[in-house]
Amino acid sequence: MEPILKGRGLVKRYGRVTALDHCDFDLYPGEILAVIGDNGAGKSSLIKAVSGAVIPDEGDVYLDGKKVNFHSPIDARNEGIETVYQTLAMSPALSIADNMFMGRELRKPGFRGKFLRQLDRPKMEKIARDKLSELGLMTIQNINQAVETLSGGQRQGVAVARAAAFGSKVIILDEPTAALGVKESRRVLELIQDVKSRGIPIILISHNMPHVFEVADRIHIHRLGKRLCVIKPDEYTMSDAVAFMTGAKEPPTEKNAA
Amino acid sequence: MSTDQNFETGLQGSSNKVAEFDNHDASFLKRFQHALHVTPSLVPLIVLLISLIIFGVLLGSKFFSPFALTLILQQVAIVGIVGAAQSVVILTAGIDLSVGAIMVLSSVVMGQFTFRYGLPPELAVACGLACGAICGFINGWLIAVMKLPPFIVTLGMWQIILATNFLYSANETIRSQDIANQAPLLQLFGEKIKVGGAVFTYGVIFLVLLVLMLAYVLRHTAWGRHVYAVGDDPEAAELSGVNVKRILISVYMLAGVICAFAGWALIGRIGSVSPTSGQLANIESITAVVIGGISLFGGRGSIMGMFFGALIVGVFTLGLRLLGADAQWTFLLIGALIIGAVAVDQWIRKVSV
Repeated sequence: MEPILKGRGLVKRYGRVTALDHCDFDLYPGEILAVIGDNGAGKSSLIKAVSGAVIPDEGDVYLDGKKVNFHSPIDARNEGIETVYQTLAMSPALSIADNMFMGRELRKPGFRGKFLRQLDRPKMEKIARDKLSELGLMTIQNINQAVETLSGGQRQGVAVARAAAFGSKVIILDEPTAALGVKESRRVLELIQDVKSRGIPIILISHNMPHVFEVADRIHIHRLGKRLCVIKPDEYTMSDAVAFMTGAKEPPTEKNAA
Repeated sequence: MSTDQNFETGLQGSSNKVAEFDNHDASFLKRFQHALHVTPSLVPLIVLLISLIIFGVLLGSKFFSPFALTLILQQVAIVGIVGAAQSVVILTAGIDLSVGAIMVLSSVVMGQFTFRYGLPPELAVACGLACGAICGFINGWLIAVMKLPPFIVTLGMWQIILATNFLYSANETIRSQDIANQAPLLQLFGEKIKVGGAVFTYGVIFLVLLVLMLAYVLRHTAWGRHVYAVGDDPEAAELSGVNVKRILISVYMLAGVICAFAGWALIGRIGSVSPTSGQLANIESITAVVIGGISLFGGRGSIMGMFFGALIVGVFTLGLRLLGADAQWTFLLIGALIIGAVAVDQWIRKVSV
């Protein structure tokens, strides 16, 4: 099977710091791929390289077998790759609805939308509310409240809802449950399964081993800027995975990588 | 799984209603602060109304006449138009120190193209507007693409444009009678409409229409939302799909074009084309923006606030003059207002008191 998203020989250096060292990456259609690794292993750089947020110094990214050159996250988004960043990428002073539709605002039909370019606020607010309800974010009282008035977990929930609403090819989640409560974490995991059942593959970066082992089909273990190995969660235990990523144990040969 | 891993079973039957709370404990101060937080332009509006009432009581009908009140509008027209340009720039967390210089250079281009090269005034006005757009584009390009700080770029451009203005015009003023005889279009914004004792110049009407249009664009179009997002957090805006470079360049170009309109209105106001006019427009426009409650850190405030801020300055200037006070009192009070406005801005920024 051909990977839907593929990276080959990716290198990214920040000055004298090497974040990615000839790293390979494969995401197959319809799967949930978890990416785990120590802090500073280069997980976020890898994700940024395949989502257009950073341009790799060397190496190629392929989407659906075709080489792509993303110069910005907008390019990746236009190809249907949606990312929830660790920083969440929200504008605090703007409302939830404004943030969810940033860069793809809906305009009113007819004259007012076409010539006055007026936004269709009621429609955007309704969709935003529906998406939040799908995620179980019931503690948000007012869809027009500024994002800065939300708690950290609510903000994360809004960011996840935004990605789930618009991602069509690949959804990348960088630590999506880090700040979430029990109920909201559960909802995000359910949502991940739900998105998978729609046939959209997901890249999940997480330090939460129980979550990773619960939802992932394959686990990409990242160490010192490159892919150490790829394991299946039913063949190894959580402590094995931790041992591989910290270097306490030799990795298995790369039988699952291809 | 061991029993302590089953904590998620507690989720069964959890509430699925949107949370609601009654706000019975909100004190007046809290509600007031909340209202200000949601609508930042309320602060300058309240200050404006209070200062109108105070000067009205002190001066009576001398101040509260249609003539005096519309005179205030005429006096703030130029500052208001330039302030509108400044507002859009400051909303992106930038600043434009070259607004006054762009205004003067554009007015000089309009005048010299008509009188030196004999172009029809319509074409000369279009060239003046294009001149403003080009100056704005240079600012925007240096800031967005070369990533230079707005303060430095526009400080440099201020000097460059002003010097260009003096070199090109040879410090030569075009007289008012010549313009009135040969190219009255240049004085268009000085035309007056009289309604009873009230006098509205076209410049005033243009200012009001410009403010209303920008208020609509900033609030109800995607471009306007992107301006706020860029001012709030440019990296977040970029990651969430805003073309930050394009927004920044378009903002500085729009500011340049608005300044060119201000230059056209300036000819209407003073009658002549003078390369030495409008030297205080930079500081006055920033003053109006700050008193109007637009945050210098970007992303917060509204264009209506700037309009009220400009009017406050106008009310103080005229009111104190009618009271026979030394003009320095105006500057002293406006200085205090600027500091007060920023203090209020910090207070209402807090989500709760």
